[in-house]
Amino acid sequence: MNVPIIRLFALTVALFAVLLIWTSRWTVFDAKSLNNNALNSRTLIDELKIKRGRILADDGSVLAKSVPAVAHTWKRTYPTGPLFAQAVGYSIATQGRSAGLERSRGNELRGLQSGLSSVFGQTSSQRVGDDVYTTLDPKAQQVAVQQLSGQAGSVVALNPKTGAVKVMYANPSYNDNNVDAPGVSTFNRATQASYPPGSTFKVVTDTAAIDSGKYAPDSTVNGNSPINVSGVPLSNDGNQSWGPQSLTTALTYSINTIWAQVAESVGRTTMTNYMRRFGFYARPPLDYPPDELNPSQPWTPTKPSRPYPPASPSEDIGRIGIGQGGLLVTPLQMAMVASAVANGGKLMVPHFTSRVVDQTGRTVETIKPSVYSQVMKQSVAGEITQMMRNVVEEGTGTPAQLGGISVAGKTGTASIGPANSNLNQPWFIGFAPVENPTVAVAVTVDQSQGGFGGTIAAPIAKAVIQTLLSGGQ
Amino acid sequence: MRERNRELLALIPASLLVTAGFAGVFIQRSNALSNVSLTYGAIFLGLCVAGHVFIRATLPHADPYLFPLAAVLASFGIVMIYRIDSTQARLQAQWFVLGLILFAATIVIFRDYRKLERYRYLIMAVSLVLLVLPRLPGIGYSANGAYLGVRIPGLFVFQPPEFAKIGLVVFLASYLRDTRQVLVMGARRIAGITLPPLKYFGPVLLIWGLAMGILVVLSDIGSSVMFYGALLAMLYVATNRVSFVVIGLIAAAIGFWYLGTHITHVHARIETWLHPFNATLYHAPLGSYQIANSVFAQAAGGMFGQGFGQAVLTIPGGGPLLPAPQTDMIYAVITDELGLFGAAAVLLTYLLFIWRGFKVAMLARDSFSTLLATGLTAMFALQVFVIVGGVTRVIPLTGVTLPFISYGGSSILANFVLLALILLVSDRARRPA
Repeated sequence: MNVPIIRLFALTVALFAVLLIWTSRWTVFDAKSLNNNALNSRTLIDELKIKRGRILADDGSVLAKSVPAVAHTWKRTYPTGPLFAQAVGYSIATQGRSAGLERSRGNELRGLQSGLSSVFGQTSSQRVGDDVYTTLDPKAQQVAVQQLSGQAGSVVALNPKTGAVKVMYANPSYNDNNVDAPGVSTFNRATQASYPPGSTFKVVTDTAAIDSGKYAPDSTVNGNSPINVSGVPLSNDGNQSWGPQSLTTALTYSINTIWAQVAESVGRTTMTNYMRRFGFYARPPLDYPPDELNPSQPWTPTKPSRPYPPASPSEDIGRIGIGQGGLLVTPLQMAMVASAVANGGKLMVPHFTSRVVDQTGRTVETIKPSVYSQVMKQSVAGEITQMMRNVVEEGTGTPAQLGGISVAGKTGTASIGPANSNLNQPWFIGFAPVENPTVAVAVTVDQSQGGFGGTIAAPIAKAVIQTLLSGGQ
Repeated sequence: MRERNRELLALIPASLLVTAGFAGVFIQRSNALSNVSLTYGAIFLGLCVAGHVFIRATLPHADPYLFPLAAVLASFGIVMIYRIDSTQARLQAQWFVLGLILFAATIVIFRDYRKLERYRYLIMAVSLVLLVLPRLPGIGYSANGAYLGVRIPGLFVFQPPEFAKIGLVVFLASYLRDTRQVLVMGARRIAGITLPPLKYFGPVLLIWGLAMGILVVLSDIGSSVMFYGALLAMLYVATNRVSFVVIGLIAAAIGFWYLGTHITHVHARIETWLHPFNATLYHAPLGSYQIANSVFAQAAGGMFGQGFGQAVLTIPGGGPLLPAPQTDMIYAVITDELGLFGAAAVLLTYLLFIWRGFKVAMLARDSFSTLLATGLTAMFALQVFVIVGGVTRVIPLTGVTLPFISYGGSSILANFVLLALILLVSDRARRPA
């Protein structure tokens, strides 16, 4: 009876081999899809057990921290609430949802960035993430909130030398401790809105004109009004005819007809080229979730679903050149424009994070300033700076003047709403101190009945610049 | 005596395993190594040495590897259960002691195990009664829709099928010893197929009916497959006729197909087996939640596992993430924590045990002994296959225990009786003439 027993054992071995094959199927071959299965709550539970690191402001104040919840789990709380909700975002582990820095720095906050800590994480029953230090300035952020005083709009301030984001606030904000409250919108105007840039865009046109060698600050162009741009009449503010004027004067008083002609004369290709160097048409390289960052985009009113692509022959480059048609931008993008001019033509990559520190106090990652592009020659940046300084000293931007500190800037007043509705979107971009700029800002207010960039946006920018400069940085 | 020394040496890895295992759990729990782990290891070693001394005295020629292999499995089981629920590990340790006592008692009472043959019909009758006990109103209870055990409130919970499986193997071994000649000699070839004589095949058909009955009455797919599989294994060894096995398999396939489509509980089990990730089934009561999470747990383990004590078994502030982790699902927990490699090691240990069991069957000098050892080993192998196959979704999941590892008093006791019987056969077989 021994042969059948041997065969029986062979069958047993075969059956056990099947068990092993099926075990390896689940543990190895199908593991990835099983771990990602919507019914699998393990990943979520793991998340709940991680004590995420804190998010801190530049001055060390805590913007986000973990507090104990039921059964050895943690939940997030945001001491500053609406003040930093858009930058910090939120993380709701029970629902697997997150936004803002909570998402873009999720790996660091969960302590996954270094191989070492994940190996030791195996033996410790509690996983603790790393702290993320940001460059955000709570005082200046608070000033931005006060200055906007409830109006829908955005304030973005960068350090032009490093790309550090000092202020990012958009109204309306939300309370990230209570994301699911009725009527809450987490939309961040500073990075997601699409606005016509208005006359602030003339800084870009100016850069393309002078850096390409086609114009100099004292080149004169006829500023009569109206003129024909792409077959449609374009007029100056109040239909004023300025006659021949230098570009400096044209910027100081924001003469539309001159800048439309300059843009047409520089041409679509060169204009688009300079726009790309400033970051237009690309997603800003900010350490922020990509789907919460909108690139600046072409826009054609007659066919909004399929606008003319950049540099297309059908593009109305004259109106793009004055920021009034053909292009929609984010406030962050316009802050990057100011920042590039301020830093001698060198645009730095914007970033929120300065460093990542683990629980033992060791800095595990330092975010070094990096260059996005050299937009223009340093000498040209100096010329543009002087022209922008004139805007604040004697032109449309005088409300941004700071006693004793010279400010360079450019106002914008984009017409929105139906023709002759007098509904405007005020803008101001600028930087200070002119001699050694450490602050670059962009401010916009969604709607103003009859208000201008100079009267509405410039005072806000001024207050924020003042606070940041007095912060001793 | 060389066998016995080998047995003693083989017990050392078992004790090291239990010491290291407890040490691992303590480090994980408190980040501190306490000497309690050494105490556990020492007590366990003491118990095993006691068992060994007893075997040395009563069965000096028995196979030296079976007892240490069972000890390795049991010690591993205690550590796993301790990690899941320390109270149950203490109970399991008590059952382990009781199991050793029953083990000794079996060896003493059935020293001449061949006298079991005299009571074969009584044994069969008792086994059948044990099988239907869970269905009796008042004392029977069901889990996940299957009638699996008996509960006398305040006294004990008991799973009679664990013992019925041994009784049935004893009966079949005895019956097939008597009839194997006739089954082979009396066979007729009809249309090229060798058919056994119906008269002697009757009891075999009875087992077929029994397997189907277990499905209908108890809705217990696991026991049904185990009993029927063990019968076919013994029939094959007794007659060396593949055709009998094929006929048996066809008959079973027809029965399972019919019942699988007509018994609600069985049908539901098959549905959850086929579609565990169907959201409706997943959230339904008695749905696929358990099997789906079994597979998720294994996926979480990966190649090397998450590490001892790292598997997530409960939803924070909620219910169990993996139901029955210390009984039916213990293989999933092992895979979660020790990975594919840990699971392979467990399967290999079982395979070694089964190999020694079949080896005992081959060395046995008479047909009853051979068939008894074959049947017990096959039943043991099938039990491992049914539960591991269920947990890994090879077959529909049914609640049987993983022998020696799962928590469960009846299971530990029954498996020690099974081990005692195999060792009794082995001692007689290897005894010098």
